Amino acid sequence: MADVYIDPHVHMVSRSTDDYVRMARAGCAAITEPAFWAGYDRSSPQGFFDYFRQLTEFEPRRAAQYGIRHHSWLCINPKEAEDPVFAREVIGLIPGFLDRENVLGIGEIGLNKNSRNELEILEAHLQLASDHGLLVLVHTPHLEDKLKGTRLILDAIRRFPKLDPGRVLVDHVEEHTAPVVLDRGFWCGMTLYPDTKCTPQRAVDIIERYGSERIWMNSAGDWGHSDPIAVPKAQMEMRRRGHLESLVRKVTFENPERFLSQSGRFSAEPLRPTAPDVTR
Amino acid sequence: MTRAQVVDAYFMEHRARLLDVAAFLDRVDRAGAGEDDFRMRAFRKALALLGDGGPDRARRVLELFSDPTTEPVAKAGMKGASGAHDPSRGGG
Repeated sequence: MADVYIDPHVHMVSRSTDDYVRMARAGCAAITEPAFWAGYDRSSPQGFFDYFRQLTEFEPRRAAQYGIRHHSWLCINPKEAEDPVFAREVIGLIPGFLDRENVLGIGEIGLNKNSRNELEILEAHLQLASDHGLLVLVHTPHLEDKLKGTRLILDAIRRFPKLDPGRVLVDHVEEHTAPVVLDRGFWCGMTLYPDTKCTPQRAVDIIERYGSERIWMNSAGDWGHSDPIAVPKAQMEMRRRGHLESLVRKVTFENPERFLSQSGRFSAEPLRPTAPDVTR
Repeated sequence: MTRAQVVDAYFMEHRARLLDVAAFLDRVDRAGAGEDDFRMRAFRKALALLGDGGPDRARRVLELFSDPTTEPVAKAGMKGASGAHDPSRGGG
C-alpha cells in the first residue's frame, strides 16, 4: 500500500477517471480543485455558474467513487480577468456557492500577465475573501512574469489587513519566489510540472534550503503537460535522498491538512469508494 | 547526502540533460544563420551564468529570465508566456 498523501491543487475536470484510479492507487486521500481557465474564454457568466456546479456537485461524486475526498475553490481565473465587467459578474455568482460543503475558499486568484485589469479583479476577489473570512489560494504568473507578479500580488494582499497571511497560500513558487513568500508569513505551494515549474528534485531542494514550515507540493494536473501523480514521485525523491518518513509525511500530508483545515470543511479521513450513481 | 552521493545519484541524469542542451544549440545552428531572438540571448546568458562559480544558480537563472519591471502593464495582450523577458516590452 502506498503512503497516503494530499494533492492540494489539481484540476480534475480536465482529467480522466483513469487518473483518479492512478491517484488512488498511489495513496491520494484528498484533493482540492481551484477554479481555473478552461483553455478558452467562456462566452458568458452562465458558463461559470455551470462550472461552479461541476466543481461542487459532480466532481466530488466522481472522486468519491475512487475513495478520494474532493474539495474546491471558486473564482474567475486571472486569465479571464482582462474584462473587468465580465469578471465582476462572475464574482457576483460566488456568494451563492459559498455554503456548498466542499468549498474551502477563493482561488486560484492572482495575476497572469500582471495587467491593471487583472490587479483590479484580484483585489475584488481579495475583498470577497476578506468580507467572508475565507481562505485564499493564489496563482502566481508563469515563467518570466512570475517574479514581478508575485511581488505585485503580495503587495495587494497587504492592502487587506483582515486577511491573515497564515490563511493565504501562494502557489507555484520557485527558487526566486519561495523565500519572498515565506519571509512575509504566507504559506507557499510548489507545483511539480514536467517543464514549466518545479521538478520533484527542485522542489525537494527548496525544502532543504528553506525548511518544511508552511510549504506543500501539488501536481496542478490539468489539460496541459502535467502529471497527476507528481506528488508521490516527490515522496520518492525525498526517500531517495534519505529524508525521514516523518518529513515526507509532513510536507505531503500534514502541512496541507493543517492549512486546509482552517476552512472548517476539509477532511482527508479515509473514504470507502462509493458506487457510481447510475440514476444520473 | 555527501557530495559524492549527490554526484552518484544525479550525474547520469544531468549528463543527459547537458547533452540535450548541446544538441539543441547544434539544432539551432543547423537551421541556418540568423540573429538570436530575446529568448536565445537570455539562454546564452544563462549558460554563461552556470559557469561563473557563484552560488544560487537556479535562483539567478530564474531572475535572468524574469521581467525586471515593477509596474502593472496597461493591458494583458496574450495569455501565455514565452519563457524569457522581451526587452522590447521595456525593462532592459
